[in-house]
Amino acid sequence: MYGSGRVIPSLIVFVGLMTFAIWYNAGKAQQLPDPEKPAEYEECVRDTQFMRKSHMVLLHEWRDDILRKSGQRTGVTASGLRYDRSLQKGCMNCHDDRKKFCDECHDYAAVTPDCWGCHLEPTKEAR
Amino acid sequence: MRVLKALIAVVALILVALVVAQVPGGQSLLGIVLPYLAFAIFLGGFIYKVVEWARSPVPFRIPTTCGQENSLPWIKQNKLDCPSTKAGVVGRMALEILLFRSLFRNTRASIHDGPKLAYGSNKWLWLFALLFHYSFLVIVLRHMRLFTDPVASFILPLEFIDGFLEVGATTIYQSSFILLAAVTFLFLRRLVRPYLRYISLPADYFPLLLIFAIGLSGILMRHVFRTDVVTVKELAVGLATFSPSINGEIGVIFFVHIFLVSVLMAYFPFSKLMHLGGIFMSPTRNMANNNRMVHHVNPWNDPKIKPHTYAAYEDEFREFMVDAGLPVEKELPAAAPEEKVPAAEETTDK
Repeated sequence: MYGSGRVIPSLIVFVGLMTFAIWYNAGKAQQLPDPEKPAEYEECVRDTQFMRKSHMVLLHEWRDDILRKSGQRTGVTASGLRYDRSLQKGCMNCHDDRKKFCDECHDYAAVTPDCWGCHLEPTKEAR
Repeated sequence: MRVLKALIAVVALILVALVVAQVPGGQSLLGIVLPYLAFAIFLGGFIYKVVEWARSPVPFRIPTTCGQENSLPWIKQNKLDCPSTKAGVVGRMALEILLFRSLFRNTRASIHDGPKLAYGSNKWLWLFALLFHYSFLVIVLRHMRLFTDPVASFILPLEFIDGFLEVGATTIYQSSFILLAAVTFLFLRRLVRPYLRYISLPADYFPLLLIFAIGLSGILMRHVFRTDVVTVKELAVGLATFSPSINGEIGVIFFVHIFLVSVLMAYFPFSKLMHLGGIFMSPTRNMANNNRMVHHVNPWNDPKIKPHTYAAYEDEFREFMVDAGLPVEKELPAAAPEEKVPAAEETTDK
């Protein structure tokens, strides 16, 4: 092989870069997110799988419906419970701790939603 | 039609993924087995190709000269386009690899009334190639958010910049759409220009269509069909830590995406995409044009083979040459025993 003094180190660097995720994670146990579920409620406004993948769509639907089309401010769950279609007054009524619920998965997946640019996290007293 | 072959191949791959993802065990195959296999082929094939190239002798100094070479002191050398030093070569390679300088020089010939032949600057290929490659790089880097736990520190600024527009419920990334636009341009360019269509092969269309399908499936997965990103990341980190498992429901679109990426990785080392490694190995770019300053010796010359001059050759074969009637520079000596003496005299005379 010609120029092995340059080719071999370059290949080592290349393989190192390509396997970045392998040695970055090496020796670390995966910390799966564990969002704290509210104790007093059994069901959410939609089924779990929908909420896991599309809760942000629901929030946008509520926003568009209420603010732009003067839609209903309350909704009813499958089993007949009424809820506020609102992040602060609805979602956070049950999921009352942002750190223990929202941020668990958001931090895990490096998602930084812009909710908190405008919305306030309700304090314990306010609830 | 060559473009049709490539299109059929990509559509077939998508269908395969759609079907296999529904079969029991198919999700493990698409999500775990094939990605490992493809990654191994990618790394192994890449190293194999580069080593194969490094083993090929380059007997001559063959840098392409794109400017004035190093000459007399009052003639200005073009140090980047015709480098004669190592630093110049590094500069030239850096500009080529980071900014695609050779595409920047792209010209287009056109015939006007007269008839007149005209060459004009044509920067579109350069622009879209640059957009394409850098978007691809950003996309690959920000996918590391799914492979690193805790998330690597370079990801958050990258995510912030790439999602700067803050459009949509899951923020759109500019790079995804720039990539799709650029790859569409590169594809249409081959299709629309008759002379490019004439020289384009299925191997030219296939990677473009495959990358388009990968980009589109990614965008659909993020913005339209959606999938549970936590389960996906659990699998991705599992792959990186050699303990992969699929715990939960992942949408079929994810399996289409990862299958196409696996195909791309496995296809990479054996296709034109290997220009990733090849650009570093191009003798026409990575050599200094110093032919006039340095004596380059063929690297595999056997040092035991000494130079053989014509005079020595004639000494060796003079008798045979004279016999055959060939002209010789030095005639045969008249008498055999005195052969060596006049020969020595003659050399000292000169």
